[in-house]
Amino acid sequence: MATLPADPMVPDPYRVGQVWKETFDTFTVALEPAHNAASSAFSPGQFSMLYVFGVGELPISISGDPEEPGRLIYTVRSVGQATHALVSRKPGEMVGVRGPFGGCWPLAEARGKDVVLVAGGLGLAPLRPAIYQVLRHREDYGRLIVLYGGRSPRDLLYRKELAAWARQPDTQVLSTVDYGGLSWRGHVGVVTTLFRYVRLQPARTVAMLCGPEIMMRFVTRELESHGLQESDIYLSMERNMKCAVGFCGHCQYGPYFICKDGPVFPYSRVRSLLEKHEI
Amino acid sequence: METLERIVAEHPFFAGLEEQYIQLLAGCASNVRFEGGKYILREGEEASQFFLIRHGRVALEISAPHRGRLTVETLGEGDILGWSWLIPPYHWRLDARAVDLTRAIALDGTCLRTKCEQNHDLGYELLKRFAHIMERRLEATRFQLLDVYAAHK
Repeated sequence: MATLPADPMVPDPYRVGQVWKETFDTFTVALEPAHNAASSAFSPGQFSMLYVFGVGELPISISGDPEEPGRLIYTVRSVGQATHALVSRKPGEMVGVRGPFGGCWPLAEARGKDVVLVAGGLGLAPLRPAIYQVLRHREDYGRLIVLYGGRSPRDLLYRKELAAWARQPDTQVLSTVDYGGLSWRGHVGVVTTLFRYVRLQPARTVAMLCGPEIMMRFVTRELESHGLQESDIYLSMERNMKCAVGFCGHCQYGPYFICKDGPVFPYSRVRSLLEKHEI
Repeated sequence: METLERIVAEHPFFAGLEEQYIQLLAGCASNVRFEGGKYILREGEEASQFFLIRHGRVALEISAPHRGRLTVETLGEGDILGWSWLIPPYHWRLDARAVDLTRAIALDGTCLRTKCEQNHDLGYELLKRFAHIMERRLEATRFQLLDVYAAHK
């Protein structure tokens, strides 16, 4: 796992390398370190605090390849002032980066097993580094199954990559949308409906989930109905992270701080919290 | 050559069903195919069959004023299309269109209802299986209604 910078509250300066559009409201931003190249090391599942100078700071999951050194990649939905400012940066402009923070997906524990990744909406972004990692070390894992649900065809991320991943050996990639127009020839239905088309081997499968909390509740139920144990299910939680090191308490989730104890949790640790309202 | 009986027996919907019931079902079954774009059933029409999808993809559609036709779900290999044959007044509640070339087994609803009335054990077996599908689709519909990926969430 990557080590924390000497002072986790001080951002490292990064230069905007490139910004490209993924969908009508979602962009991917590539940042390159201005000085400290070592600061771009991360593990799949971790996040950074991105500081758009003069506007604000945002917690954003890293969505790039952990084995591609020298830059950090983030996929951001432009929904507010700070996210809009971030995706509007021009190449060469500076952004502050703190982190990486938090724990990572259990890719070491998943070695030798099938890996099922279930993503909803923007939740595919934090899972993408795990997909890169499994595909780079294909012989270390069993089957790779990626199930991805989006709101509509125009909301789906990384469509070319999804198609490329689907062509890899022992890899099944299924996408679906909640609502489809007549021109859409793919699946329509919520992400749990895709489980009808996969055969899981529950005793040798690790599942990793990322998406809206309610979606993950439906998916955990589905996985358990297929025989997966809660100890083999991991999910990435999201709250309003501010300090990112467990001081400020903004991201408190029951007895945990998402920034420090998460964002990736074994389902067994958060199950009782997920079932409570208003946490 | 594959017999209808074997195809029906091997469909996931009928997994574990006793041989005697498979024979009864096969007596109401026929092979059908639909070219991509063709409507398999239309809202309001008499629901006289249901389909075991063997190959292809089917879009379930609802027409809404000013919004045109919306696909609310797709079905594929191993899925079941249609349960209105089982529930009075036996009319389809939506449209179903073959997205791609679709092959299926059609089961005649009138024939099946008659057999279920004569053999309540068969009727109960079928109802249990349809109830499971209805429960799954109801849960999926609730999930869909939440619109969990909308930007304001």
